[in-house]
Amino acid sequence: MLRFLARRLLALVLSLIVASLVVFAVIEVIPGDPAAFMLGLNASPETVEALRQTLGLTGSLPARYLSWLGGMLTGDFGISYTYKVPVADLVADRMAVSLPLALLALALSTAIALPVGLHAAARRGRASDTAVMGLTQLGIAVPNFWFAMLLVLVFAVNLRWLPAGGFPGWDAGIVPAFKALLLPSIALALPQAAILARVLRSALIETLEQDYIRTARAKGLTRSRALTHHALRNALVPVLTILGMQFSFLLAGAIIIENVFYLPGLGRLIFQAITQRDLIVVESVVMILVFAVILVTFATDIAYALVDPRLRRRG
Amino acid sequence: MRLRPQLILGAVLTLAALLGAGLSLVWTPYDIGALNIAAKLQGPSAAHWLGTDHFGRDIGSMLMAGARTSIAVAVVAVGIGMVVGVPLGLIAAARAGGWLDEVIMRGNDLIFAFPSLVIAILITAVFGPSALNAILAIGIFNIPVFARVARGGALGLWTLDYIRAARVAGKGTARISAEHILPNIANLLIVQGTIQFSLGILAEAGLSYVGLGAQPPTASWGRMLAEAQTMVTLAPHVALFPGLAIVFTVLGLNLLGDGLRDALDPRSRGRQA
Repeated sequence: MLRFLARRLLALVLSLIVASLVVFAVIEVIPGDPAAFMLGLNASPETVEALRQTLGLTGSLPARYLSWLGGMLTGDFGISYTYKVPVADLVADRMAVSLPLALLALALSTAIALPVGLHAAARRGRASDTAVMGLTQLGIAVPNFWFAMLLVLVFAVNLRWLPAGGFPGWDAGIVPAFKALLLPSIALALPQAAILARVLRSALIETLEQDYIRTARAKGLTRSRALTHHALRNALVPVLTILGMQFSFLLAGAIIIENVFYLPGLGRLIFQAITQRDLIVVESVVMILVFAVILVTFATDIAYALVDPRLRRRG
Repeated sequence: MRLRPQLILGAVLTLAALLGAGLSLVWTPYDIGALNIAAKLQGPSAAHWLGTDHFGRDIGSMLMAGARTSIAVAVVAVGIGMVVGVPLGLIAAARAGGWLDEVIMRGNDLIFAFPSLVIAILITAVFGPSALNAILAIGIFNIPVFARVARGGALGLWTLDYIRAARVAGKGTARISAEHILPNIANLLIVQGTIQFSLGILAEAGLSYVGLGAQPPTASWGRMLAEAQTMVTLAPHVALFPGLAIVFTVLGLNLLGDGLRDALDPRSRGRQA
């Protein structure tokens, strides 16, 4: 297990370094001078030169990469060009919206998918299984931002149960903040729950055909007990894979959903940064998103090994 | 090969989207470039089956033209994924366990760390928004998907006797991959292609919704929804129909993909995820 952990950790660090090189290179690819690009066509040479100094564009490429990387490691992402505040503060503020949104959606989608997938697998081929499969097929096809618009129309505009958009901030108390995040997280969660339920069902059905389940049934376990006590644990590996992948989809999805609900999260930040050519913010937020995905993949790998000891040896 | 109702429904929905897109090249009920403010935000009627938008444009006509954008973006993105990903997967399988395999697979993992939205954000920050960005972003995202499917399918084949025989006969790995492995994983690739096609339609809609995809005057389902957002309380049909167009197209492609998988590989029947 230690050897396995060490190998995974090494892979984690390597992919982070390569990913940061890719992001750095893409921003460097920008034709011409980033400072001139950010200021637009009408900037005077003096302002461009001043921005070049602030951006630290004066050194050689490797030196700039290293100072950028070193800055990120110490929590210094630079100063936003448009907001004139440290990017780290900006991102932390917005993260306080996006992260709870993604986590709430992940929790909701798991809470829906687990019972639905179990039920469908237990009733394989019967009417309720067919109904679940049809509904989940539909759920996969629904774009979450469109579903979000329908939710706003029904629950915010017509029924007036929940706010149509905006975020009161966590200072306003848990309940108003939670209410503001509820519709967005439902919109994010349902399509993901449909995928998760289908994966869980097919994984369970595959495990139910194994000999040890027949043995368990033969020694007197009821169908549902064999399902929850033996099959579920073995079906967890494909489910974990999907959960790990879903987190990155949820983060990306959160960025789009934030637009529907006018939530001040990472998504709004990055789109404003793109239109205002605030490259430092774009670079930092992209790196943080990629970092999150790589970290979750790492966590998924470790979780596999905990669930399935056979995978530890493979490294 | 038994045709199941899902497969037929999937084929019909997919065909409808393709026909709408194809037809829009030569004919749409109304000119989508012509504005008619007097007729704005009308509900469905005999003249405008799906109503009109805030500029009085016929929504049905715009959906047909939008289908063209969605399908073109998704198809080219699948093409990029296949053309780059499949050879990489075949090479990795032929060198399974070697350093080349390791490099390709780790490269795959790296691309997986960049969701297509993040790639689109990066490209847009550098080159500005366009439909081409959406194609590139979704296409790059497709590469590791096809590389994995090709590698997975090819790995099992390399141990088979007739492949060994081909080796003994003196054929090189490249020729074996092209002549014997590729035709045998074609099924897998077609099914995955259908799935990535439907994911591409969804991704294109999302990207153009947030302004990272097709730009005016190109018609696009995602942009229609973005424009409908402010009017959804006044005229819900403006948001309803583009969304339904996406749902039906994606549903059709998914049913088609599942149906094809069942038809081509009977063992998978009833297990589809």
